[in-house]
Amino acid sequence: MHCPKCRGVMRTYTRNGVHIEQCDNCRGIFLDYGELEALSRLEAQHAPGWAAPAPPPPAAPVQVHHHHGAPVHHHRPHHGGMFHMLFST
Amino acid sequence: MRPDTTQPELFDRLAGIGRDHAAGPGEPKLLYDRHGVLVVRIGEIVVKAHQPDRAETDGSLERRVRIAQDLPELFLAPLAPPLHVAGRTVTVTPYGEPARPDALPWVESARLLARLHRSPVPDGAPPLGRPERVARQVSRLPGGPAADVVRRAFATLPPAAEFPHPGRLLHGDWHMGQMVRNGDGWRFIDIEDLGRGDPVWDLARPAALFTAGVLHPDDWADFLTAYRAAGGPAVPAFGTPWTVLDVPARTLVIQIAATCVISARDADRPLDPAEQAVIDTCGRISRAGDPA
Repeated sequence: MHCPKCRGVMRTYTRNGVHIEQCDNCRGIFLDYGELEALSRLEAQHAPGWAAPAPPPPAAPVQVHHHHGAPVHHHRPHHGGMFHMLFST
Repeated sequence: MRPDTTQPELFDRLAGIGRDHAAGPGEPKLLYDRHGVLVVRIGEIVVKAHQPDRAETDGSLERRVRIAQDLPELFLAPLAPPLHVAGRTVTVTPYGEPARPDALPWVESARLLARLHRSPVPDGAPPLGRPERVARQVSRLPGGPAADVVRRAFATLPPAAEFPHPGRLLHGDWHMGQMVRNGDGWRFIDIEDLGRGDPVWDLARPAALFTAGVLHPDDWADFLTAYRAAGGPAVPAFGTPWTVLDVPARTLVIQIAATCVISARDADRPLDPAEQAVIDTCGRISRAGDPA
């Protein structure tokens, strides 16, 4: 496969289960639809060292979910202090 | 009938202004009455008396109103320049339906923020520095062990001079209470801090609540992913966002923790579990040690 920009040779890397094509010549990166979102979703879960410990991982291996349709809506009731933290200055 | 308010005369004045704009009678409803701010709704009109000590004399609020009016796809802006009523600054805005706590618009908020941050910076946009609320809240802390934890975390923050300015348009005080739905979609309200500065501060509150374990990781991922996918410039499109989010998130953890300690003290009640989680995060910030 050749780079659509400079016709250089494309190499495939895999990062967190997502395939990334990078041009050896111009270093341009090309992603298929949804791959940026998939990578960003995984990177969002990383946190600085002082952050609260992550919740326990699911029993099954982590899957990358591609959201092509409507966004997933969570229905979590928010109470008391948490409501104020989200809704006021 | 007038609801119970700390500012009855001002309430009647705002209700009168609301009736003039609503072009008809209507029962005035009290939406907000705290810290000197009074917000009254009449039909589809909302009238707000701004905080007395934030009365701007340099015309910056007028400029902010104009900027918001020029971005109707992003803001539910005041209908007219600010009024001056009984020594108070007053704005009149159409009513918008607030976000519901059981269905928070994380994705829609992120897309709207990305659009705001990508908008050209208008001439005359007031410059915004490092948010000043954190220092103000920390200075109001009472004594006690929880307050000490917050004060120690505050000491790890780098000095204000180290905050660079890429100079983008930003909301300046973004949280879920600033999202309303009016007809065709979500809009921002509250333009008092709208200006030019580092847009990463608009992401600081959800980032802080994620690091405290208060905001669910899926909600944070939805928000950050939608922001990046919409081309939001505040964080790099690839790689860890925490190189730029670390200091803003720490700052907001400390600000929120201070606010929790103060309001628990004022109400003479213990901290609830979410509030305690934010104080505990301050403890980890201090233990992580060196200022950035």
